[in-house]
Amino acid sequence: MRLIILEDADVVADWAARFVMQRVTQFAPGPQRRFVLGLPTGGTPLGMYRKLIQFYKEGKISFKYVTTFNMDEYVGLPRDHPESYHYYMWNEFFKHVDIDPAQAHVLDGNAPDLVAECARFERLIQDAGGVHLFIGGIGPDGHIAFNEPGSSLVSRTRVKTLAYDTLEANKRFFGNDISKVPRQALTVGVGTVMDAKEVMILITGGHKALALAKAVEEGVNHMWTVSAFQQHAQTLFVCDESATLELRVKTVKYFKALSSEHQKMIEDAPVAAQRVLH
Amino acid sequence: MSKRGELVRFYNCYILRDSKIIKEDLWLRDGKIENPEQIFYVEQLEPCRNIDCKNALIAPGFIDIQINGGCGIDFSYDCENVENGIGIVAKELLAHGVTSFCPTMITSCKEKYAKILPRIKKSQGGKHGATVLGVHLEGPFISLAKKGAHLGEYIRNPDKGIESIKEVYGSLDNVVLVTLAPELPGGTEAIRGLTNMGIKVALGHSTASLAESEEAVRNGANLITHLFNAMLPFHHRDPGLVGLLASTTKGQVYYGIISDGIHTHPAALRIACRTNPKGLILVSDAIAAQGLRDGQYRIGPQAITVQDGRAYVTGTNTLCGSTTALDGCVLTFKKSIDCSLEYALEVASLHPAEALGIDDRKGKLNYGYDADLVFLNLETLKVQSTWIAGECVYAKS
Repeated sequence: MRLIILEDADVVADWAARFVMQRVTQFAPGPQRRFVLGLPTGGTPLGMYRKLIQFYKEGKISFKYVTTFNMDEYVGLPRDHPESYHYYMWNEFFKHVDIDPAQAHVLDGNAPDLVAECARFERLIQDAGGVHLFIGGIGPDGHIAFNEPGSSLVSRTRVKTLAYDTLEANKRFFGNDISKVPRQALTVGVGTVMDAKEVMILITGGHKALALAKAVEEGVNHMWTVSAFQQHAQTLFVCDESATLELRVKTVKYFKALSSEHQKMIEDAPVAAQRVLH
Repeated sequence: MSKRGELVRFYNCYILRDSKIIKEDLWLRDGKIENPEQIFYVEQLEPCRNIDCKNALIAPGFIDIQINGGCGIDFSYDCENVENGIGIVAKELLAHGVTSFCPTMITSCKEKYAKILPRIKKSQGGKHGATVLGVHLEGPFISLAKKGAHLGEYIRNPDKGIESIKEVYGSLDNVVLVTLAPELPGGTEAIRGLTNMGIKVALGHSTASLAESEEAVRNGANLITHLFNAMLPFHHRDPGLVGLLASTTKGQVYYGIISDGIHTHPAALRIACRTNPKGLILVSDAIAAQGLRDGQYRIGPQAITVQDGRAYVTGTNTLCGSTTALDGCVLTFKKSIDCSLEYALEVASLHPAEALGIDDRKGKLNYGYDADLVFLNLETLKVQSTWIAGECVYAKS
């Protein structure tokens, strides 16, 4: 596991976007050789999307041969509802870049058969040859996608009933009316993300500091689902200073000392060479 | 012309949507505005053509509901080659960002109506010219005391309501709007008859009191023609037709304003606009001299003289329509009342569409609406190009 500690959320956004660009570009995708990317929604990755759009407009990256899979979606929320993840992805990313609409996959929370929809999604990922890079964010309780505390660490894509705390936290997006918050969501499982060749998790802000500490300093525990990635061969946590507040000084110092090595990951070093860094 | 099913995306543009100017792409297909999010997720299609708008502002095409002519043509007078005359003006309007209009006939004799009216057909616009929504008939059922530039000898009362109206106009098939004075004998019956046929009624050239005006609104009238002009001046004990702006009668009343900088003082414009912002409609009330030099022209049966861009009935100081097209009115209006750009555009597009009851397909850039567009320079608001049903019908060279 690598922990990249950067100054603030803006630098995290820039770093993450450069990392994606580096990975996609070095892969040199083509019609018969697509790069497969797993994508999150939410506030944390927003800056990364904006940077990627900027790089696209500057001609530095193309998404023409990139296939994407989104992590989750609410059940029963209209696709064009401002809180739906379809809406988010369209407005914050897809409409600005040259991605092929047939290759931008988002779970359909309005599918007549939700279980079948989840199975279809897993199959699509398999047919695409697996995910090269899965990007995720985490909640203050350490959940990744909608894999809330207590979720199985080997789970696959499935229907999840949301925790009361999540409904409570989300009601501000639904006119402060908890009855309007969708009670269920479709989400990739922890196992689905674990299958990716590489995973990058973005964590910014002091309110996520405890989750980061649990994720990297304590044992693997299904109450902090993101901790599962301690057992992933190529996981990258990218965080800002505020998110390190609950970490031990020793941990922070150790990873900061490696920062010049980590910097090479967004530079021109070949991916294969990077895998053996430090 | 774009091919059937061809998906076109305008980018690098600002668009007027939901009364806001936003930086957003605009997608079109088969002459309609499309929802790109739905196309992306459901149809999974990419645009066939991407058009760089170079930061232009895209607004709904302008709609002029009162226009008497232009390019030397007067809709009420030239009865020999009506179609040709309409065609020439319709084409000229494209250069002014006008995508739909109501050719307007002023008070005329029966023979003129019989000759001209059946030949001004509603027609879909295109490269040949702006869409003809239907005719606006202004007079002859108006008040002699407020005739303005209308000829007194043809003015009459609608004594038998809709019967009198049909008797003078003949067929009403091509008509969408009639301006009349509600206080005339038979006025109320006429309003009821017209609105029952789906024809909108505007009140104007009238000495109506507020009570009479409100009665007219209750009977279906929903417009006032060129507010302040040819009606009683505002009086605080009987505010008259002008009083409708602040009346408590149910339903939105719209009012045409000629904002050519001549017909209405900017302070009067502001009074109207602040009293009833949703009802304001810009009209050009343009005459044959529109776009031409000072000189001698006609409006209906009367001779007119244009001097310094002001049109008068020859030998008098009676104003008789304007020489400014609607794009010019938008500029003057915005300057006069210092309103938002969004509002200045909506009074020439959304509001007229609402007044005519066609705001389910025109006057907005919403999904499913007709792709009638005007591209404006964001700074100068000069028309760059005009589009009807997704087709570029005018481009400034």
